[in-house]
Amino acid sequence: MKSKTADRLATGVFIAIAIIIISILVGLFSYILVNGLKHISWEFLTTPSSNIRAGGGIRDQLFNSFYILLITMIIAVPLGIGGGIYMAEYAKPGKVTDIIRSCIEVLASLPSIVIGMFGLLMFVNITGWGYTILGGALALTVFNLPVIVRVSEDSIRSVPRDLKEASLALGITHWHTIKTVLLPSAFPSILTGIILAAGRVFGEAAALLFTAGLSTPRLDYGNWNPFSAQSPLNIFRPAETLAVHIWSVNTQGLIPDVEEVSNGSAAVLVISVLLFNLLARWIGRLIHKKITATK
Amino acid sequence: MVSALMDKQTGKQAGESESKRNKESILEVNNLEIFYGEKRAVNGISMDIGKNSITALIGPSGCGKSTFLRSINRMNDLIPGARAEGEIIYEDLNILSEQINVVALRKEIGMVFQKPNPFPKSIYENITHALKFAGMKKKSKLDEIVEESLKKAALWEEVKDRLHKSALSLSGGQQQRLCIARTIAMKPTVMLLDEPSSALDPISNAKVEELIIDLKKDYSIIIVTHNMQQASRISDKTAFFLSGDLIEYEATEKIFTNPSVKKTEEYISGRFG
Amino acid sequence: MEKLTPAKDRLLKSKNNWMDGELRGKVLVLLCAVIMISATISITIFLGTKGLQSFIKNGVSLLEFLTSTHWNPTNQAKPEYGALPFIFGSFAVTFLAALIAAPLGIGGAIFMTEIAPSWGRKILQPIIELLVGIPSVVYGFIGLTVLVPFIREHVGGLGFSLLSGMIVLSIMILPTIATIATDAISSLPNSLREGSYALGATRWQTIRKVLIPAALPSLLTAIVLGMARAFGEALAVQMVIGNVRNLPSSILDASATLTTIITLNMGHTTYGSVENNTLWSMGLILLVMSFAFILLIRYLSSRRKM
Repeated sequence: MKSKTADRLATGVFIAIAIIIISILVGLFSYILVNGLKHISWEFLTTPSSNIRAGGGIRDQLFNSFYILLITMIIAVPLGIGGGIYMAEYAKPGKVTDIIRSCIEVLASLPSIVIGMFGLLMFVNITGWGYTILGGALALTVFNLPVIVRVSEDSIRSVPRDLKEASLALGITHWHTIKTVLLPSAFPSILTGIILAAGRVFGEAAALLFTAGLSTPRLDYGNWNPFSAQSPLNIFRPAETLAVHIWSVNTQGLIPDVEEVSNGSAAVLVISVLLFNLLARWIGRLIHKKITATK
Repeated sequence: MVSALMDKQTGKQAGESESKRNKESILEVNNLEIFYGEKRAVNGISMDIGKNSITALIGPSGCGKSTFLRSINRMNDLIPGARAEGEIIYEDLNILSEQINVVALRKEIGMVFQKPNPFPKSIYENITHALKFAGMKKKSKLDEIVEESLKKAALWEEVKDRLHKSALSLSGGQQQRLCIARTIAMKPTVMLLDEPSSALDPISNAKVEELIIDLKKDYSIIIVTHNMQQASRISDKTAFFLSGDLIEYEATEKIFTNPSVKKTEEYISGRFG
Repeated sequence: MEKLTPAKDRLLKSKNNWMDGELRGKVLVLLCAVIMISATISITIFLGTKGLQSFIKNGVSLLEFLTSTHWNPTNQAKPEYGALPFIFGSFAVTFLAALIAAPLGIGGAIFMTEIAPSWGRKILQPIIELLVGIPSVVYGFIGLTVLVPFIREHVGGLGFSLLSGMIVLSIMILPTIATIATDAISSLPNSLREGSYALGATRWQTIRKVLIPAALPSLLTAIVLGMARAFGEALAVQMVIGNVRNLPSSILDASATLTTIITLNMGHTTYGSVENNTLWSMGLILLVMSFAFILLIRYLSSRRKM
């Protein structure tokens, strides 16, 4: 009977653990949404933030977050897919491949603050750019690259071998096979992986503190000249993102409505990340359906 | 080990026949050995493959027949650690040579696989994919070849109204004929078929067999099959492989009625395999 | 296709047909791989040399840096550079977080694979994925506004404490541990379970005596990966831990970690000054530790293969 009692007790403990995990998530989300949603308004999203007074919004931070994400992806996606193609299709088992694999592992496990420090050294001090969007995007590229390489490699490897053989047997070169057969077939899972990675980039702050900075110059949204200092599109200007904003108002801010601004920003951040996740799933399913359509 | 019997008309030995090769043969295999790493999968086989004929390769699983087939268009190159020694002479060139441009070679020696493997594209694109890569851009010419090769593959009537639908919507048998059609479209000289109907139902199988016999007019065909009836129905010559050796290579009729080696008889009569 | 040209011209390699994009493609993707290697190497070299400057150029004693508990770089007369409190803080908060997250994560994994494989997984899996998606500043912010006041009122102390840091971190690394542990346990062959049940063992006995020992190297890998994440996490910890320069004497004391000191002071110190350089030395410790975690994980996975 003793072992039966122990078994029941253990089952109870595991169920309790599951309930704890579920309640952590439910607690976190309801806290974020309940406290945050009431501060989110069109005005909050479209007014610039204030350093001292209450009532500031997050217009610039929101724009910066998306803009840095975009620049990061423009750099990281081609590099990452290229690296993934190399690992899946060209790398022969051996020393060199082992070294590259170790490098990916090292990059993937670097703390983001360390990447931020590297960014500070490389893209702020050595280049003399100061805090810039480009520097932030490059740091985030380092942070993001291993994820995209892995996703691309796995997706390309999981394309059925038959398809590759079919293409090669028709006298098509390896590279053209990669471009026209392997990549299109691997595309849905690569895209899903990239969007999930984008969600991670969107919420990242530590790598940006010392690279894109904690401030944003006064922006003129009518100015679309990417070389002008006031233009939001200028990649050589400092830019505080939403995630960095939450950190800075809480730790160094002077505004009286810290909590309101942070609550609203946190909700916007979490909802955006959620949307990225949903989008990734949805697009993945959609494209998968389209490719394997049996109409 | 009974090595390959040389071409019946010339009776020449493999090594010396290079220049005076029989006009009737398209491929000449001399002492071909294939290794996977340390392991030898094919042990020094020699045989001539006839032009415009169907040659069947039979034998139990793992006997080396598929390995041999895949060496003819260098698909074995894809397997890490695989290497081939000896010669396969095609148009006076040893196609195993480093010098060979495998991409060009595969255009002339096409291959159809065991499992139908159409690209996840439309029926039309499945055929034009390789043509476009080969530099053919004109729509009218492409249309013409698509129609012609689908007709040759006896698929035209079934798909002519839905050329732009996904190839994956076809049945297994139709998919396999599409794969044959896209190989035909490249106008190869040799077609290698690796158990092309083993994954198909009997009716599709019959259609594919009919098609293969029909293709003999224009192509030299080498087919790997597990199906004895299929080999006896469609092929002109049959080669029996066992653990990497070529045991017997004869006219199909002779192999199936009066094989000269006991092992062949045992295999054909279903004693093992 | 054009059979009129002689076989030699058609079939032999020539410069023309070998350059048709094939080589270009290969060089292109090789370049991507090379960029990754050079990024890794340059991170190591740059942070390495920068991190060693305080010892080589500024003459800070390595021994003092690693073992002294006195951190007072701004004292003009006698600056002190003892980083032990921060090193200790990093390790303490990492181990404490693992202490909470490991049982929860592995327990959750067992729940998903053994107790309720059908519906349990359907509920917990997306929840764990959602937890991964929450940005670390949001964890920090909630820690700051909910956890810190709660601890201050109900447990004691200032609220800003090792305890807060450990709770925030444990929730952050829970998904990492749970995901890998789930994969590890569900990939165990079913024959193990059947064999155990056939001998009359209860579910708990099967889990404890058969499944957990069999999956142990993978479970340890899961915990180490979680700890690696905890060790390098900066902002969430920084917001709740209090950031004082003393060694904590209890779990309710405020403390600091390597990452929090770097986060706080990097912007306030002059680039190239001794104090700034010691921050880079702390960064170097983080870098070395992430190499150490990788080696540990490799060692564990080599044990898994045996």
